[in-house]
Amino acid sequence: MTITNARTAAPSSGDRAGKRRRYRGIDQLGGLDRLVIILMVVVPTLLLIWLVWFPAVGSVILSFTNWDGIGPLSSIKFIGLKNYVDVVTIYPPFWPAVQHNLIWLAVYFLVATPLGIFFAVLLDREIRGTRIYQTAIYLPVVLSLALVGFIWQLIYSKDQGLINGLTGSTIDWYGDPRFNLWAALVAATWKQTGYVMLLYLAGLKGVDPSLREAAKVDGANERQTFFRVVFPVMAPINIIVLVITVIESLRAFDLVWVINKGRNGLELIATLVTQNVVGEASRIGFGSALATFMLIISTVLIAVYLRIVMREQR
Amino acid sequence: MSTSTMTGKRTTATAATRRPLTAGRVGLQVFLIVVSLLWLFPVLWAVINSFRDYAYTAQHGYVSFGGFTLQNYVNAWQQADFGRTLLNSAIITIPAVLLTLFLSSCIAFVVARFSFRFNLVLLGVFTAANLLPPQALLIPVYRMFRSIQVPFWFSDSGTLLNSFWGLIAVNVAFQTGFCAFVLSNYMKTLPREMYESAVVDGAGVLRQFFQLTLPLCRPALAALATLEVTWIYNEFFWATVLIQSGEKFPVTSSLNNLRGEFFTDNNLVAAGSVLVALPTLIIFFVLQRQFVAGLTLGSTKG
Repeated sequence: MTITNARTAAPSSGDRAGKRRRYRGIDQLGGLDRLVIILMVVVPTLLLIWLVWFPAVGSVILSFTNWDGIGPLSSIKFIGLKNYVDVVTIYPPFWPAVQHNLIWLAVYFLVATPLGIFFAVLLDREIRGTRIYQTAIYLPVVLSLALVGFIWQLIYSKDQGLINGLTGSTIDWYGDPRFNLWAALVAATWKQTGYVMLLYLAGLKGVDPSLREAAKVDGANERQTFFRVVFPVMAPINIIVLVITVIESLRAFDLVWVINKGRNGLELIATLVTQNVVGEASRIGFGSALATFMLIISTVLIAVYLRIVMREQR
Repeated sequence: MSTSTMTGKRTTATAATRRPLTAGRVGLQVFLIVVSLLWLFPVLWAVINSFRDYAYTAQHGYVSFGGFTLQNYVNAWQQADFGRTLLNSAIITIPAVLLTLFLSSCIAFVVARFSFRFNLVLLGVFTAANLLPPQALLIPVYRMFRSIQVPFWFSDSGTLLNSFWGLIAVNVAFQTGFCAFVLSNYMKTLPREMYESAVVDGAGVLRQFFQLTLPLCRPALAALATLEVTWIYNEFFWATVLIQSGEKFPVTSSLNNLRGEFFTDNNLVAAGSVLVALPTLIIFFVLQRQFVAGLTLGSTKG
């Protein structure tokens, strides 16, 4: 009875409230079912709150305190913005780290992402062997960034590396602060390009082919078709790729950590946080201030990302 | 140039072969071949040198040919204790992937099946968690794990720090968001009438979940499982900071054992790298379709 009633009532109201009413028929739950659903939501949510959201809030709160990590939690004193002031003014690696993060972002944004998109556009057309080319370019995506660091060591090593073997130079590509950031970036770009290509290829497959044909009939060449027709309709994918570019460059940690634990030219905000927690000197409040910087930047981006994704959902 | 697009069919091999070879096409092929070789080169270089004797390459230089041996693999296996670390990786990865898939299926099912008012919010909370930089959460997680006492039968370190369970929990927490998002999109495409007839037949929520939804989600689950095995196997940061005793390190973070303090045998490192990469490379070549599907399901709706 309830099912049929709800169903016949539905079409009259097309808004979201109407949609809910329409399904109430099979959504009416008994006691056991209700319990099951509550458990299905609560268990994963609690895990997430415990290990993600609570720590995120914790980082922000700790950043306003002077906790040294040794005394009990009750000994914590709030010291306002002092940690932030210290980070910005008297912590030597901070500004280099910011600079390196920005360079990392710039290289991902200006090299890896356009290159990945370029390869995707080339490989999306009917060409002989496109699958083989795709496979070659996204092979590095399955390797961890830590492993990427080790693999490139064979190319960069001072005494045994390929570059120095071929050119006869004696540059320590991973060790010399003038070069090591760029060396790491080449290796990271090698992986990131494949990732972007993969995402973009999937997006291109979703573009309505009749759009391209219409453009072709109107006399557009391939470049015009891409920039004036395909690229604009891919707006959601473009923004997702953009957000992933920024987030991945914030997360660039594994690679520099395996090279030299993020010192001597390879400082990143992420490595500074880690050094302040697991290193010899554990400065909790200080490290938390650094962590909060990362949180703020990523939260803004996540908000953008979620807006787009959620809009797509409706 | 445009003859084949007239059919409206893309990605057909026959259309491509029928096309005349123009200078542009040849140029494109040459360009792509060069790019592909360039991209494959670092991996190939590591593989080739992993089979070479260090003494030989030291004498003749790396730009030479010869000195092939399997000894690096034997040494790497022993020196980095790969037997144990690979087992550790399995102990961490398998439960973590299963738990991730199960918990995210639960969330996705509720979000997709019931139109609760907050399901978008819920999904947002989960997806955002996947994108936060883990380093930003390190301090509280590290401190919590260190202070949480657990029985010794659960973890021989007495706390969640330096325990497989702690690492598994963190991995699950971070990966659930992405999987929940992908699965909920997938589950929304399942026809609602199916649930209606299930309800009419008297099936409760549990039976609907286990006997209807999960079996129908098999393709998505397979794709995500492939992707998550790769990601959690590759996970480096949490393993490095949360595991402290050498005998518990998973394989990715044990590679450092192959690097000496003052001297590094790169051929040995290469052999170790190939061994570490092997499981993911097998996944890549055998389950490529699943891997790509998993990655792209998240970014597009299809």
